[in-house]
Amino acid sequence: MLRFFLSRLALLIPTFIGVSIVAFAFIRLLPGDPIMLLAGERGMSEERYQQLQSLYGFDQPLFVQYFHYMTDLLQGDFGTSIVTKRPVLQEFLTLFPATLELSLSAIILAIAIGVPVGVIAAVKRGSWLDQTVMGAALVGYSMPIFWWGLLLIILFSGILGWTPVSGRISLLYFFPPVTGFMLIDSLLSGQPGAFKSAVSHLILPTIVLATIPLAVIARQTRSAMLEVLGEDYVRTARSKGLPPRRVIGLHALRNALIPVVTTIGLQVGVLLAGAILTETIFSWPGIGKWMVDSVFKRDYAVVQGGLLLIAAIIMIVNLIVDVLYGLINPRIRH
Amino acid sequence: MSNKNGALLDIRNLSVEFETAGGTLRAVDGVSLSVDAREVLAIVGESGSGKSVSMLAVMGLLPWTAKVKADAMLFQGRDIMNLSPAERRKIVGKDIAMIFQEPIASLNPCFTVGFQIDETLKMHTNLTSRQRRDRTVELFEAVGLPNAADRLSAYPHQMSGGQCQRVMIAMAIACDPKLLIADEPTTALDVTIQKQILDLLVSIQVEKDMGMIMITHDMGVVAETADRVIVQYKGKKMEEADVLSLFEKPQHPYTKALLSALPENATGDRLPTVSDFVFDEAPQTGARP
Amino acid sequence: MTSTNTKDPNAAVGLEGGTVIAVSRRARLAEFWYYFSQNRGAVIGLYVFIAIVLIAIFAPVLAPHSPTMQNRGFFLLPPVWEEGGNWSFILGTDAVGRDVLSRLIYGARFSLFIGVVVVSVAVSVGILIGLIAGYFRGAVDTVIMRVMDIILAFPSLLLALVLVAILGPGLVNAMIAIALVQQPHYVRLTRAAVMSEKGRDYVTAARVAGAGNIRLMFKTILPNCTAPLIVQAALSFSAAILDAAALGFLGMGAQPPTPEWGTMLAEAREFILRAWWVVTFPGLAILITVLAINLMGDGLRDALDPKLKRS
Repeated sequence: MLRFFLSRLALLIPTFIGVSIVAFAFIRLLPGDPIMLLAGERGMSEERYQQLQSLYGFDQPLFVQYFHYMTDLLQGDFGTSIVTKRPVLQEFLTLFPATLELSLSAIILAIAIGVPVGVIAAVKRGSWLDQTVMGAALVGYSMPIFWWGLLLIILFSGILGWTPVSGRISLLYFFPPVTGFMLIDSLLSGQPGAFKSAVSHLILPTIVLATIPLAVIARQTRSAMLEVLGEDYVRTARSKGLPPRRVIGLHALRNALIPVVTTIGLQVGVLLAGAILTETIFSWPGIGKWMVDSVFKRDYAVVQGGLLLIAAIIMIVNLIVDVLYGLINPRIRH
Repeated sequence: MSNKNGALLDIRNLSVEFETAGGTLRAVDGVSLSVDAREVLAIVGESGSGKSVSMLAVMGLLPWTAKVKADAMLFQGRDIMNLSPAERRKIVGKDIAMIFQEPIASLNPCFTVGFQIDETLKMHTNLTSRQRRDRTVELFEAVGLPNAADRLSAYPHQMSGGQCQRVMIAMAIACDPKLLIADEPTTALDVTIQKQILDLLVSIQVEKDMGMIMITHDMGVVAETADRVIVQYKGKKMEEADVLSLFEKPQHPYTKALLSALPENATGDRLPTVSDFVFDEAPQTGARP
Repeated sequence: MTSTNTKDPNAAVGLEGGTVIAVSRRARLAEFWYYFSQNRGAVIGLYVFIAIVLIAIFAPVLAPHSPTMQNRGFFLLPPVWEEGGNWSFILGTDAVGRDVLSRLIYGARFSLFIGVVVVSVAVSVGILIGLIAGYFRGAVDTVIMRVMDIILAFPSLLLALVLVAILGPGLVNAMIAIALVQQPHYVRLTRAAVMSEKGRDYVTAARVAGAGNIRLMFKTILPNCTAPLIVQAALSFSAAILDAAALGFLGMGAQPPTPEWGTMLAEAREFILRAWWVVTFPGLAILITVLAINLMGDGLRDALDPKLKRS
């Protein structure tokens, strides 16, 4: 198992170096002089220009620049925001919990609904229930989620007035972040109503972000279950007199989960792409909105650092999924 | 011989139909059969003759698309057709057990073999987990799996086909069934292993006083194991006889064809096939192996 | 299975070539249509898609107004069935008095154009690279696949967003970015298909008969790898439309006043609580188009995937 893990880890290293080259190249590929881009709209004196150029090392050969860039990275220095003058890593770490909270609740929702629905659709194959559920899944899969979010806002915030339009919690509440997860922090704060407010802010973004993964997981679960239900070992399980609940929920599902876990792993990239849109619509202060804002503010240091950090997260999650895949599939484990 | 009182399993006029895109397919057509306790009945026929389907119908393992009809399906005098699914599950796996053709595919790849046997015991007995473990070890030894205690935590893919079939047999006899249905139990195995598994089945059948139904297409297996034989073709029963008279005086032309198609009867460099022996029931386009 | 391999033996025969190929093509097409039409959703999707194509082609005829004309005095007019609606603006007007219906009709042109361009670029580049990787293997393959891994390590929309930031906002750049982000899927698919086909006897036979690398790659192997590529093309056609709309929504795709559906949504955002129609209809247009294509994609997969055909 450890060897399996290490071999997967080793495979990641060249990819990570590649990703770092992409991020490194990014600022240099932008049209225009990187220093002028970093300086922003105001421009600067010739003296200041020279000073900055040597500060950032743009006067040195590319590979030397890359070497410095990598040494900085390995020391945890991902650059400094041009707009806020704060280290990129620090900004990232402040905002990441918000994205993590949203993504986690979305993926939990997607799994909690998608897997059972897929199983039921497979068991009742061809029934109206199956057709309805799979039709809904295809609509979800085809959904432009930025529009879906706006529709939900119109309905639940505009017409019904049930949920707030944006943010993570009502401005009435203030407490220092402990975990960075608003649900937990609001509970810890002990302020009455704070938790309820956090939940009501989280609901719509969660639904929007969960839509596509939910559809994909339901479809994948259904097709994996259909395949597995025809297997000989399912017949064996039934021949033992086991109740359908156990045959389907244990013997079949356990095998069907193997491809489903891979699918869930692949949804992480989808989630982070979705977070860009969802956070923008709901003004959710996470890294997706941060990246979009930085692109617009031409805060290229943030874009560069954020690109690298997000890619690193996806790679780590994929590694975890790989390991998980090995854990749930005995044929790989041994 | 059939339909007598006190038979272990007594099926009368069983039919199974499948609705397919190309119309209704009648896989089993009015078959009656009975097995006594301690008796070995062989059902022979080529692929698609409905021999497995009728036994899957007894076990209640057919997909819901199948329509099963029978005048009666008596097991120990009780009509299992009329039982609720829950009541039927109390019999299936306990008093009637079944083993299948593909032993490796028939075991769940995600669970250890020990778990899969334990599960059967848990379902049908009141043994404690300690007792179930001892019972499983005992079963493994009974079916000739060495190092039984270590084998419990093995996964099916870590075992050979023959070993997996032994596990399947252990699982089938876990609750001391009255009737064991073996569906082509040796077909997927190496020739050298086939004999071992057959011997094991026969010795267990004798030892445990079980009735046994052996589904096969192999006349050699029939000769070696069965007391009585039913020959089935295209869902219909062609002939029923005790094993000696069947081999000596086959009545039905199809049975004769089957027997003549044994490799021993090859002439020159050509193997005989069933379709070489024309008989009017069906223009057959060659039996699949 | 029979359908995938029939083509090459026929092509190789060459003698009575013409008719044989024509017959086998027609037979395969008939078989394909049989399986495709079994899937009711796919057929509905196909009809809707044809309708959208027709709308796009005949946009100038169908649209009651110019998509960019601002009608003074008709700002944020609701659809005709709402109170205050007007029959000359059936789906209402936007904040500067443009007819929503006309903009939607013209928008179909952009979405289909985006889909076609992105898929063509991604398919041709992806297949070429995938063929090279799968056919030559070795170091070339390793390098190519590592590069694809790198592209896939980023969330597609984020990478597209950053690429557009580099290239500058606009429809063409958005399409380039989306095509680049999508082509690793084709590279992977082609490579996998080529690797599994390469060992087949018919390829060895062609090689023995003296076919060169280029001929082997494009004429012998590629035609037998098309099924998964066609399915992927359908899926990425809809993904391209979605991504382009998303970029438009973020202000990085087509720029106003282009009547691109995503861009229309971006412009409508501030009015969501006041004028629901300016938000609802462009999104509905995206959803219907993408849904129709995905329905077709499912049908294509069922009809072309022999593995699923059997079950």
